[in-house]
Amino acid sequence: MLAALYVAVPALASAYQVYVLSTILVACIGALGLNLLTGYAGQVSIGQGGFLGVGAFTSALLASRTGVPFWLSVPAAGLVTALVGLVFGLPSARIKGLYLAIATLAAQVIIQWTLSRPAIAGGGSVAAPRPGVLQDDRIYYLVVLSVALLAVAFARNVLRTRVGRALVAVRDHEVAPAMIGVDVAQHKLLAFGLSALYAGIAGALLGHLGRAVTVEQFQLDLSIQYLAMIVIGGLGSLPGSILGALFVTLLPILLRAAVAPIDGLLPGSAAMVLSSVQVFLFGLIIVVCMAVEPRGLARLWARLGGALTR
Amino acid sequence: MDCLALRDGLFFGNQVVSGLATGGVYALVALGLVLIYKATQVVNFAQGDLLLLGAYVGWALTSVGLPFPVAFSLTLVLAAAGGLAVERLILRRMIGSPLIAVIIVTLGLSSMLRGVVFLVAGTEVRRFPEDVFGGPPVEVGPVLVPQIHAWALAIAAAAVAVLALFFRYSRQGVALRAAADDQQAAMSMGIRISRTFALSWGLSASVAAIGGILLGNLSGVNFTLADLGQQVFPVAILGGLDSLAGAIVGGLLIGVLQSVASGYVDPCVGGGLRDVVPFFALVVILMVRPRGLFGRAQIERV
Repeated sequence: MLAALYVAVPALASAYQVYVLSTILVACIGALGLNLLTGYAGQVSIGQGGFLGVGAFTSALLASRTGVPFWLSVPAAGLVTALVGLVFGLPSARIKGLYLAIATLAAQVIIQWTLSRPAIAGGGSVAAPRPGVLQDDRIYYLVVLSVALLAVAFARNVLRTRVGRALVAVRDHEVAPAMIGVDVAQHKLLAFGLSALYAGIAGALLGHLGRAVTVEQFQLDLSIQYLAMIVIGGLGSLPGSILGALFVTLLPILLRAAVAPIDGLLPGSAAMVLSSVQVFLFGLIIVVCMAVEPRGLARLWARLGGALTR
Repeated sequence: MDCLALRDGLFFGNQVVSGLATGGVYALVALGLVLIYKATQVVNFAQGDLLLLGAYVGWALTSVGLPFPVAFSLTLVLAAAGGLAVERLILRRMIGSPLIAVIIVTLGLSSMLRGVVFLVAGTEVRRFPEDVFGGPPVEVGPVLVPQIHAWALAIAAAAVAVLALFFRYSRQGVALRAAADDQQAAMSMGIRISRTFALSWGLSASVAAIGGILLGNLSGVNFTLADLGQQVFPVAILGGLDSLAGAIVGGLLIGVLQSVASGYVDPCVGGGLRDVVPFFALVVILMVRPRGLFGRAQIERV
């Protein structure tokens, strides 16, 4: 499987397909992070889009304004985002989970505003250059793939440790774990920081993938998209995050293909129609999935005995 | 305009007055949010989008020629029906699910509403007919208050008063308050919880629609109303998620804060403060006093 991903894909796929795959992989990383927070630690977050933006802009600014190399700017972006996440998570660590959800809304709004300040982007976009060796989309894909695999491995390991079990305990009973000595606040914060770290790295990789970043890429709708990913895939399921990321990333592409033929007939531009249909569909998916099968695609996959769940 | 330029008292007065007008509307919409939270423990993340939808529906009705009061009332009724439908079709299926699941559903709902509005309405700014709230400005001391501000505040205040009377004196209202305070006790007194759930959603959707129409008159009907709708969250947190009085005070305070901050500080930071300052305030409140001004301490403790 790994061999196929590493060798066959770059060899056989077109440049566009490789680009799409890279986008999916980036989404996987972000979705994994969000699932750690929402699916495992049980804290709803609608700030993931904003945190991806922090990662993207940090890496882009470091690379294009201060010449920091890609190999440094991406991890740095991850760390910065984790810090920003902690800043927003701190007030809510000691109080009920729904306050964290509202704090993440605040994070999204504040981050959006900050990233759109003239000092940051000059009103337009910030360039996110790739170093020479990564100019080729296929090679960049290999880098993204490797980071994604690392992300999955790291998440699996975290969840296997005491920390991971503590996170699940915090999700299921906010009071009981405290009674056996689990520091609820600390673990909520940890989950929050981790998910922001993942988002930061995903955002940075996304930025360099597109070679430029703009604020419009990282709005509330992106946060909802990530929520849709983990809901479809199944809250609290690692393979689910991957499946969800795949599904949600491909959906707009399929939609675009479906809308293209009727472009002329619609009021307003196709882009606007697409955008709003997308937003509507993601919301619908979330509602239907949560109301019908909260365990998502992953449960379906498990029933089929897929290899990913092992 | 210069950054932090201390203009005359008249400017300040104007900012405060217009802030009170929008604040009054926020108060009304936040009441809906608090109502759902009190009755069902759910934070309805779609409340702001209900406001957006209400504004567009109201505008659509006036644009087909209905007189404003008719359009207004019809929107209210439609909104209430919509709220009831949402509760019946979606929320009721979630009874027994963990709270996090229900919150996520409201997030999904919020996205659906935004998508629909955007699809049908596009991005142009629509305006309510000028003659509805036209007319000469009202004089309050040295400050000239545009009619629309005065009306917005008056209508919002009237709606709040009607709600207050409803909660105090009508059987349904008292039942709602009882269920909101203590579900078990209310059930043992024979109060049908499903009915209070439905009622809270219906009422919330209606007040959100009123808020939408009023804000639509104040600043035009377009997509940025969604940003204004979002302000309901800082308002509710400031006032206290479970406090109806808090929603009112919080609304007025946030409205004035927005107005004054954007009036004086916008030039320093390139604008946009109106939508973000309340969220800065929200973070501060969460750090300092999470339960807000009037919330009970128990609502915050883990």
